[in-house]
Amino acid sequence: MKAGSNLEKMLTAGHFAVTGELGPPQGNDAEEVRHKASYLKGIVESVNITDNQTAVVRMASWAACKILIDEGLEPNYQMVCRDRNRLALMADILGATALGIKNVLCLSGDHQRFGDHPEGKNVYDLDSVQLLATFKKMRDEKKFLNDKDLEGAPELFIGAASNPFADPFEYRVHRLAKKIAAGADFIQTQCIYNMDKFREFMKQTVDMGLHEKCYILAGITPMKSVGMANYMAKFVPGMDVPAEIVQRLKGVDKKDQGAEGIKIAIEQIEEMKEMEGVAGVHVMAIEWEHRAKEVIEGAGLLPRPTLD
Amino acid sequence: MIIGDSKPLEEILEMIEGRDKVLVLGCRGCVTVCNVGGEKEVGILASALRIARKKEGQPPSVEEMTIERQCDPEYIEELAEVAEEYDAIVSIACGVGPQFVSERYPLVAVFPGINTTFMGGATEHGVWVERCQSCGNCLVHNFGGLCPIARCSKSLMNGPCGGSASGNCEISKDVPCVWHQIVDKMAAMGRLQELETVWPNKNWLTSRDGGPRTRVREDLKQ
Amino acid sequence: MRLQYPTNVRVIQLPCSGRVDILHLLRAFEDGADGVYVAGCMEGDCHFLTGNLKAARKVEYVKTVLSELGIEPERMEMFNMSSAEGPRFAEVAQEFTQAIKELGPSPVPAAQAA
Repeated sequence: MKAGSNLEKMLTAGHFAVTGELGPPQGNDAEEVRHKASYLKGIVESVNITDNQTAVVRMASWAACKILIDEGLEPNYQMVCRDRNRLALMADILGATALGIKNVLCLSGDHQRFGDHPEGKNVYDLDSVQLLATFKKMRDEKKFLNDKDLEGAPELFIGAASNPFADPFEYRVHRLAKKIAAGADFIQTQCIYNMDKFREFMKQTVDMGLHEKCYILAGITPMKSVGMANYMAKFVPGMDVPAEIVQRLKGVDKKDQGAEGIKIAIEQIEEMKEMEGVAGVHVMAIEWEHRAKEVIEGAGLLPRPTLD
Repeated sequence: MIIGDSKPLEEILEMIEGRDKVLVLGCRGCVTVCNVGGEKEVGILASALRIARKKEGQPPSVEEMTIERQCDPEYIEELAEVAEEYDAIVSIACGVGPQFVSERYPLVAVFPGINTTFMGGATEHGVWVERCQSCGNCLVHNFGGLCPIARCSKSLMNGPCGGSASGNCEISKDVPCVWHQIVDKMAAMGRLQELETVWPNKNWLTSRDGGPRTRVREDLKQ
Repeated sequence: MRLQYPTNVRVIQLPCSGRVDILHLLRAFEDGADGVYVAGCMEGDCHFLTGNLKAARKVEYVKTVLSELGIEPERMEMFNMSSAEGPRFAEVAQEFTQAIKELGPSPVPAAQAA
């Protein structure tokens, strides 16, 4: 065991894992974090806590992680390279693990030009691959990047993201391989809608044997409406929403579109369960935490297996 | 070369307000080549400033001068006789110019007439693109001759990130994803496997992050 | 043809409208011209292929400079006409003069010596 987190234990035991996601508030309301977390308690192994997602300032990810721990949930601490240099990244992971955080997800981060402070200066001292290598070094070699010994090394289950739908497609699996080589223990993918393309991506992944070197969790985000589907298709970079998904949502009454979106998500998970190389799903019910249970339950993933 | 962009006239007029005798000082270096600070642009800016002053009924005393380089003391010296006659010198060289001029003539008010934007080149007449960030440790040969530090919006050494779409960067459809270009180029050269290397964290000491830089060549020093 | 056009129009001949320089146009305003226009050949008919198109872009540039200086950009225009169209030349001269008269004198006083 690297960190002994629920997520790690569940994956190591060979169970099909489920993770959730929670975006901290644009303010310091701890109650909002607790409220959102209450919907995810008991239905997922761990919950990703986003880090200034879409470059919009929110409550610090580590702080929201701590609130989850206090509520009896397990967080996945997301960290982006946009806002911190190597000093701050290493300091924060030491602080986070001291608070009991065991899972981390290393990301480059959306460019701040998208966000609410586009005039800001970005950092990108490290990139996401280098961040993985940094944390692996801190954990395995018990050393800082400068090779000095740590007085107490972090025990971490280290994660990375992969977007099978970004370009160039043929290179995606090679970048995944780089992340695994750098230190990723688990991978969570971008939201998947184009199943054909994802199947092709997984085939390449399995052919390269990458699924044996790390656990791959497929990203699932239920569509709330046709509007959301159109928005994702047109405005979210690297998102692939096939026309059939939009058509299917359009085919039902507006009030039933959410239910249809959940139904699509459930069908996707059913397929993921059978797909070679997929070790679990990452359910990102964005600002829809209260419906996450319907998706997970609908896919026959409840109750969650108990661990010894 | 160093690429620049003219400052808005309004900003320059505000800088020189109340200063009667003005010199617009051009440079025959980079800014001449990128059509922003050479003799021609000195003429245009000086003419515009005179128009503005005449319009306000002020003495239009705006003179013109262009020197070989504003980043070399020997050429700055050419101003020695005249510099202190002016109430303002508007330098339209890169950011080096106004500093060298004001260091040499500390009593004269020196103003920057252009914004220095980046180090790059012209892809066609009238179009300039950024190519270098002067990180102090060139690695472009490892990336198909393309610089990920200067040309990737996130300076990723292990790209492309998940925001690369249809050959473009996530920040804008007008910005090519250099990592997409790197992958294509390396593939075309049959060197794709070289990108499997995980590039370790970069040493930014040679970059601006290491503090202001000075370069000394003992063999050339006098 | 002995066509009449306003006597206030001072013609400066160039081999091609593309030869006009931003500086020529600005200097005219600096010396107190109330309006300046460039008469170029019809688009597509440039003997040097793109001279008149380049002139049009320089005219646009000068318009932006005038705007920045708080001077009506309409004081600077580009007209395309064929060299075989004498009457059109006279007509443009009249129209532009009329338009400038409506704008009134330039806020830049004419050069003292003139």
